[in-house]
Amino acid sequence: MGNYDAIIIGAGHNGLVTAGYLARAGRKVLVLERRGLVGGAAVTEEIFPGFKVSSVADGVGYLSPTVRRDFKLDSHVETIDSDMIAFCPQPDGSQLTIHRETAKTVQEIARFSKADADAYPEFIELMQALAGVVGALGHMTPMDLPEVTFGDLRGAVRVLGPGRKLGRKRISELLRILPMPAADILNEYFESGAVKGAIGANSSLGVSFGPQESGTAYTMLNSWALSGNGLFRSAGVVKGGMGALCDAIASAARGFGAEIRTDAAVASISVEDGRAMGVILESGEELIANTVVSNADPRTTFMRLLDPRTLGTKLLQHVANIKYQGSGLRIHLALSALPQFTSLSTASGDDASARLGAPIQIAPSLDYIERAYDCSKFGRFSDSPFLDISIPSILDPSAAPAGQHLMSITAKYGPYELREGNWDTQKKAFADVVLNTLAEYAPDIRNLIQQRHVLSMPDLESIYGLPEGNPNHGEMILNQFFHMRPIPGHARYRTHIDGLYLCGAGCHPGGGVTGVPGHNAAREILKDSKQ
Amino acid sequence: MTRPTPFHSRTSALNEGQRWEDWEGFLAATMYSLDPLVEYNAVRLGCGIFDVSPLHKYEVRGPDAQALLQRMVVRNLAPSRPGRGFYTVWCDDNGKVVDDGGVFHIAENHLRLTSTLPSLEWLIDNSSGFDVTIEDVSEELVGIAIQGPTSRDLLRKLTNVDLSALKFWHCTDADVCDRPTLISRSGYTGDLGFEIFVRPEDAEKIWDSAMALAPDYQMRPCGLVALDMTRIEAGLLQIDTEFISAKQTLFEVQTISPLELGVGWMCKLDGDYFVGRDALREEKANGTSRWKTVGVELDVTYIEKYFSEFAMPLHLPERSWNEAVPIYADEAQEHLIGRGTSGMWSPLLKKYIVIARIPPQYEKLGSRFFIEEVIEAKTFSIPATVVKMPFFDPPRKKA
Ligand SMILES: Cc1cc2nc3c(=O)[nH]c(=O)nc-3n(C[C@H](O)[C@H](O)[C@H](O)COP(=O)(O)OP(=O)(O)OC[C@H]3O[C@@H](n4cnc5c(N)ncnc54)[C@H](O)[C@@H]3O)c2cc1C
Repeated sequence: MGNYDAIIIGAGHNGLVTAGYLARAGRKVLVLERRGLVGGAAVTEEIFPGFKVSSVADGVGYLSPTVRRDFKLDSHVETIDSDMIAFCPQPDGSQLTIHRETAKTVQEIARFSKADADAYPEFIELMQALAGVVGALGHMTPMDLPEVTFGDLRGAVRVLGPGRKLGRKRISELLRILPMPAADILNEYFESGAVKGAIGANSSLGVSFGPQESGTAYTMLNSWALSGNGLFRSAGVVKGGMGALCDAIASAARGFGAEIRTDAAVASISVEDGRAMGVILESGEELIANTVVSNADPRTTFMRLLDPRTLGTKLLQHVANIKYQGSGLRIHLALSALPQFTSLSTASGDDASARLGAPIQIAPSLDYIERAYDCSKFGRFSDSPFLDISIPSILDPSAAPAGQHLMSITAKYGPYELREGNWDTQKKAFADVVLNTLAEYAPDIRNLIQQRHVLSMPDLESIYGLPEGNPNHGEMILNQFFHMRPIPGHARYRTHIDGLYLCGAGCHPGGGVTGVPGHNAAREILKDSKQ
Repeated sequence: MTRPTPFHSRTSALNEGQRWEDWEGFLAATMYSLDPLVEYNAVRLGCGIFDVSPLHKYEVRGPDAQALLQRMVVRNLAPSRPGRGFYTVWCDDNGKVVDDGGVFHIAENHLRLTSTLPSLEWLIDNSSGFDVTIEDVSEELVGIAIQGPTSRDLLRKLTNVDLSALKFWHCTDADVCDRPTLISRSGYTGDLGFEIFVRPEDAEKIWDSAMALAPDYQMRPCGLVALDMTRIEAGLLQIDTEFISAKQTLFEVQTISPLELGVGWMCKLDGDYFVGRDALREEKANGTSRWKTVGVELDVTYIEKYFSEFAMPLHLPERSWNEAVPIYADEAQEHLIGRGTSGMWSPLLKKYIVIARIPPQYEKLGSRFFIEEVIEAKTFSIPATVVKMPFFDPPRKKA
C-alpha cells in the first residue's frame, strides 16, 4: 500500500466532506473509520429489525448548500420536507404548530396571544437578518487573535456583506443580543409561554443548559443560521435516515478518488520533530501521509491520538478546559401505530399525521425547560424532561415496517455524571420518566411500544466516540466560539504540529450535520499545500 | 489570616522582638534575636535551625512518577534513584521560569516535590498520560532545616542513621527522636546542612530535642534575614527577587529563562521533552538570551570615598537587600544595562557582594560596570566586577 497525501481520521460527515474536497483537488486521500459504518453521529442503524433508525442525529436541513451542491447530493439523497417545523403540544390539551409560512403561524399564535401574533413576523425578520451574519461567520476561518493578518481581513469580507445589510442599528442589536440569554430576548417580544417555549427550545437543544443562560441567544441564532428555511430549526427527514446522507457524501468522496476504510481505528498519530508523519492503527498497521486530518473531537485528538506527555502545558490546560458535558439521551421506540395526541383528538387523520411528521417539542414554556435543566445542574436527571421527538416513518414510510412507526426522542436533561448511581442502572428509570411525560400528551404511548432502545451519555461516548455524550465535540458556548474553538491558537483548523489538522465539529463553527467545519478545513489544508 | 506553623509554640517563645513576616500564608520569624548577625554567625560558625514548614510539598506516586517530574522540571532526572535529591527550576512552554524547588526520590515510584509557590494545579495539568497519583502534603509534613558546620554532629545525637554516609543532595528515611522523618542533606545556605521533613504532631518534640543540644553545638534559631544573607553568599536564587514566576506576571519583560537566570547548567536541552525545552533550545541556538545572572563584587573603597564627601565614615549595610538596583555601563550613568537583584556586605568574606542581572556581553569574569549607590540622597556609581558565584562555597558543604 502506497503513501497518502492525506489521511483523515474518522468518517463522520465532516471527515467525509474534507476527504471529498481534498480528493477532488487531486490529493490521494484515505479515510479511516473505527466503526463498521461511515457517518459518525449521522448514521442509520437497524436497531430494531426492519427499522431504519437515525440513532444519533436525525434533524436534517442544516447541511451547507455549498457541500450539497459540490457533492451533488440532491441527485443521490431524497430529503422529504415538512411544511411544519414544530408541533408543540401543551399540557392543557391545546397545541401550537409553527409552519414554514409566517401567515399560518401567526394564526396559530393568535390562539395564545394576539400581541405575540403581531410580534412574530417582526421577530423572525430580525432574527433572520442577524442569523445571516452568524451564518456568514461560520464559513470564515477564525482569526488568530490577537494577531490578525491581512489575509484574515480579506476573509472577513464575507461577513461584511450580510453585516452591511444589517445597517448600523441592527449591528448594535446583534452585538447586544448575541451574549444574551435566549429567554431575555424572547421575553422582550412575546408573552405566551407556549410561543416562547416553542422557539426557545432550540436555543437549548444542542447545549447542556437552559434558555436563561447567557449566550443561548447565540445558540438560537446559530440554529437559525443553519436551518436553511429562515426559521429557528429545520424539519423533514432524509429518506433512509441520516446514514443515507452520509453514504451519499461517502460515495461522492469515493467518486472524487478518496479511499475509505471502516473497522480501522487509529491508535495514534505519528509525530517526528513536530511534524505529523502518518498514523498507527490499533491493529498495529502503520500508514504514512503528508497530512493527517482528525475528524475526532479535540480531546480525543490531543489527549489520546497524540501523546499528551509531549504536549506543552498551556495546550494541555486549554484542552482540559474544553467543556463537553452532554445532556441529551436518545430514546428510540418501535411503535405498533401512530400515537394519539390529546391536542389532536379533534383533528382529521391527515392533519394529525402531518403535524406529527414535524419535530414534536415538549417544551411548553421557558420555565419548563429551565426547570428541566435545574435538575441536571445538581446531578439528577430531569423529572419533567424537555423532549424533542421525531416520527420519521410518517414522512418516510421506509423507516419502519408497514403499519408500524419509529419514534426517536432526544430527552433532556441528564447530566453526564449522575450524583447518585450511574447511567447503566439509571437509564431505564429516566426512560420511564420520559415515557410518563410523553403519556401526559399522548396517553396511549405505552400501549404502542414494541421495543425500546436507550442511549445514555456514556453510550454515546463509547459507541459513537462523542466524549461525555456531547453532540458537538465540545459545548457550543460563546467562550468556545470562533477563535476560541476548539482552543485559542488552534482555531484555524491547523494545530501546533505541522501537517496535522482538525476538521470535525470541535472546530469552528461547531456541531450539527452541516459539513461546514469539514469544508473550511479542506480549504485551509489546500491553501497550505499550495504554498 | 497568617497562620502559625506547628513549631509556633516554640518559635514564638524564642522570638525576642516578635518580628514575623508572611511566608506563603504562615508566620515566619524575621529574626529571633534583636541583631540578626548573631544568627548569621551561628550558621557559618555553629549551626542554625530554621522552621521551613511553609514550603509546599507534593507526593507523586506511581509507575510514571519520575517520568512526570522529568517532564516538568529542567533537570535531568535520569540518574535519579531512591535516595537522591535535586535542586531544580521548572518552566512554562515559553521556557520561562515558573518556580524552583527540590525533587526527592524517596522510594521506587515515589518522589516528592517541594516548591515555593503552590504547584498542585501545575502538577495535575502536566500529568495527562502519566500513571501517577498526586497528593498535596504541604500541611501533612512540616520541615526544619539545620544548617552550618556543626549541624551533622548535632543531628547525629538525634537520629539512628549514619549521617556520614549521607552525601550532598541525598536523602534517607530516618527516625529522629524515634519519630519517622525524611532527612535530606540539602538546604538554602550553601553550607553543610540538612532538611528534615517531619509530621506536624512530632514538630514540637523534635524541635525541643534539637534545642536541648543547642549550647553544645552553638546552634541558634534563625530567621529569614539570616537565611537571606547565607543564601546570597551561596549564590542561590530567590523567587520575587532574582526572578518572578512566569505564572505570576502577564508581562514578558518580567519573565526570565533558566539560561538567563544562571541555571542553564541544569537544563538538559539535548534530552527528552520537558516543558519549555523547545523554547530554551531556540534561545540557546539563536543566542537570544537577554540576560545573564552573575555574581559581582563592589569596590568598597569607592563607597568609603563617597561617604567622605559628607565627612562621614564608611557605612556598610548590616543586612542583605532585595530590591532592583540600577547597573550602568558608565560612571556617568548614561547607559543603564541591568540591575542588582540582591546584595549584602558579607561579614565572613569581608566583601560587598551582589547578584546581578546584566546583558550577556558583560558575563565574563572580570567584566566591569557600575552599580548605583545612594548616600545621603545623592546618587553615586560604584565600580563593580564580575566574580565567581557562589561567593562562598566551603568544602564542608559536600564533604
Ligand atoms: C443526541 C444527538 C442528537 C443530535 N441531533 C442532531 C440533529 O438533529 N441535527 C444535526 O444537524 N445535528 C445533530 N446532532 C449533532 C451532530 O450529530 C454532530 O455535531 C455531527 O454529526 C458531528 O459530525 P462530525 O463529522 O464532526 O463528527 P462525528 O460524526 O462524531 O464523526 C467523528 C468520527 O470519527 C470517528 N473516530 C473517532 N476516533 C477515531 C479513531 N481513533 N480512529 C478512527 N475513527 C475515529 C468516529 O467513530 C466518528 O465516526 C446531534 C448529536 C447528538 C449526540
